[in-house]
Amino acid sequence: MSPAALPSADPASGSRPGCYRLCLYVAGRTTKSLTAMANLKRLCEEHPAYHYEINTIDLLENPRLAAADQIVALPTLVRHLPAPIKRIIGDLSNTERVLAGLGISPGTASR
Amino acid sequence: MPLDRTPLALLKAQTGIVGLDDITLGGLPSGRPTLICGAAGCGKTLLAMTFLVNGATRFGEPGVFMSFEERAADLAANFASLGFDIDGLVAAGKLAIDHVRVERGEIEETGEYDLEGLFVRLGYAVDTIGARRVVLDTIESLFSGFTDPSILRAELRRLFGWIKDRGLTAVITGERGDGQLTRQGLEEYVSDCVIVLDNRVQEQITTRRLRVVKYRGSAHGTNEYPFLIDAQGISVLPVTSSGLQRPVSDEIIPSGIPGLDAMLRTGGFYRGSSILLSGVAGTGKTTIGSHFVDAACARGERCMFFVLEEGAEEICRNARSIGLDLKQWVERGKLRFEAARPSLYGLEMHLARMHRDLDAFKPDMVVVDPISAFRGPPTEVHATLLRMLDLLKSRGITTLFTSLRTETTEGEGTDHGLSSLMDVWIKLMDIEANGERNRLLYLVKSRGMSHSNQVREYRVTDSGIELIEAYIGPEGVLTGIARLSQEAREKAAAKRRREEVERRRREITRRRDSLERQIEELRATLVIEEEEARKLLDEEEVHEATLAVDRAAVAARRGAAE
Repeated sequence: MSPAALPSADPASGSRPGCYRLCLYVAGRTTKSLTAMANLKRLCEEHPAYHYEINTIDLLENPRLAAADQIVALPTLVRHLPAPIKRIIGDLSNTERVLAGLGISPGTASR
Repeated sequence: MPLDRTPLALLKAQTGIVGLDDITLGGLPSGRPTLICGAAGCGKTLLAMTFLVNGATRFGEPGVFMSFEERAADLAANFASLGFDIDGLVAAGKLAIDHVRVERGEIEETGEYDLEGLFVRLGYAVDTIGARRVVLDTIESLFSGFTDPSILRAELRRLFGWIKDRGLTAVITGERGDGQLTRQGLEEYVSDCVIVLDNRVQEQITTRRLRVVKYRGSAHGTNEYPFLIDAQGISVLPVTSSGLQRPVSDEIIPSGIPGLDAMLRTGGFYRGSSILLSGVAGTGKTTIGSHFVDAACARGERCMFFVLEEGAEEICRNARSIGLDLKQWVERGKLRFEAARPSLYGLEMHLARMHRDLDAFKPDMVVVDPISAFRGPPTEVHATLLRMLDLLKSRGITTLFTSLRTETTEGEGTDHGLSSLMDVWIKLMDIEANGERNRLLYLVKSRGMSHSNQVREYRVTDSGIELIEAYIGPEGVLTGIARLSQEAREKAAAKRRREEVERRRREITRRRDSLERQIEELRATLVIEEEEARKLLDEEEVHEATLAVDRAAVAARRGAAE
């Protein structure tokens, strides 16, 4: 569950468009957690046009962090950047909704 | 989930809220969730927070407040006005506040999820401060944040099970829904204890009420109890008709008006009795009440004056005009005024406030001035006053109720049918005649003692209320000027009678004197006559002797010649 920096079109990261700073909250290695992680990985790979900074947090290890990011449901993928903040909950199996939540238009897939 | 954690005696967690612990016979079920529901503005959050703060400060049980609506800073600010130092408790590790914010607009649901995050947060907060109490306020807000209610329901059921497993005493608040206690039917999950709060408006007056709908494994008060939210927080009042077993005292306490005491054989009223003072406007009901209070304070008793139509200052000033210094008793802490307009709260609230004030001040005597100011449906007013009477009697408090009678309701009166419940009923009247009004007082009844059946006139003087024997004569009862003029007439007649007697006495003396003088004269005449008689007799004797001598001389002379 290390931060998964995936290949991006532009290595220079920052607040410019195209850079995603994401945080995936899970609680233990449950089926939902594992599915969410796998789905996220797949999504990022399918949309290489963006730069992703992904931080995965296991709340069983760091329960303190749950309140700070207003985590209620798990798993939750929090989009810190680009603003505004978005919370994508569930195991990320509905790709369409995940992309909508992240703000990635499906057309950008495998350009 | 294990339901039989405490198989025998149900442990209870005290709320520290006045009255609520009485109704629930000890508090909320310990280690179980309790649902508190009611419409918006009922005081759910206040009740929940009070439960936590009291737990942290008084019962050594730290608590977690999980707020789904208000932010921690807002909560702290809101409760600062009640004297709760939320920030201080948080800093001391006795209280933890976690604001759970769920914004529908920020959330995208993309598959299976659960509310484990909530469990993690709650668990973390509980573990951090070693909490024994938990509040979830208002957890139903979650339903607006997530689209799938079935997941929420399953998760809430799991959450309440988790709370029970952890042995946490939880208060869960819920907004009242249509046809059920809460919008999402939380009562289905939280089935150990359910308390409903209510804020009813009747005749433009609101009254807060609380009812324990259910309490599994424990007896509890089943009525609707009024409760109170004010600067001292929340207090619930288990004001019920408390049967008739009350402490009875034989002690006699004077009223402070000597003339009134004299009308009673015992020289005063029984301690703990209820006295109704009814009269039309301006008959001095409050003044007599002030007398009672002044006398009680002077005996060293504590008094409460519930005034509904005047302010405390006004009562003090007016009492001063008849020579009573009530202010000194206030300053010495013997007397407390509680002034409130009758329309300020509902009847229940008045009762509730009184209940709390009595608990706080513990008076020996109470004056309620006047009970006729309570307005509302007659049955309700009657019931409220009945409970007020019960409340006071059960504590052995001597009570004076004043009641305004109006000219039109003469007879039935506006004493709300209470007169039959009173131990003593003093009726004040005014009689209008000869261009003036005069005040009369009589005792309609006084239980357990013989009393005068007379109507007394009374006057409000600079030195207090003064009872005067009313003139009752062949011309009826006379008062005021009529009495004075009648008295004057009688006085004049008496004077005349006295003068007549005097005159006769003088006459007799004079006649005796004259008779005695006559006797003297007669006696003197007698003496003179006796004197003369003696003189005559002497002369006669002398004459006789002379004659004898002469005859002897003549005979001698004759003899010699013969």
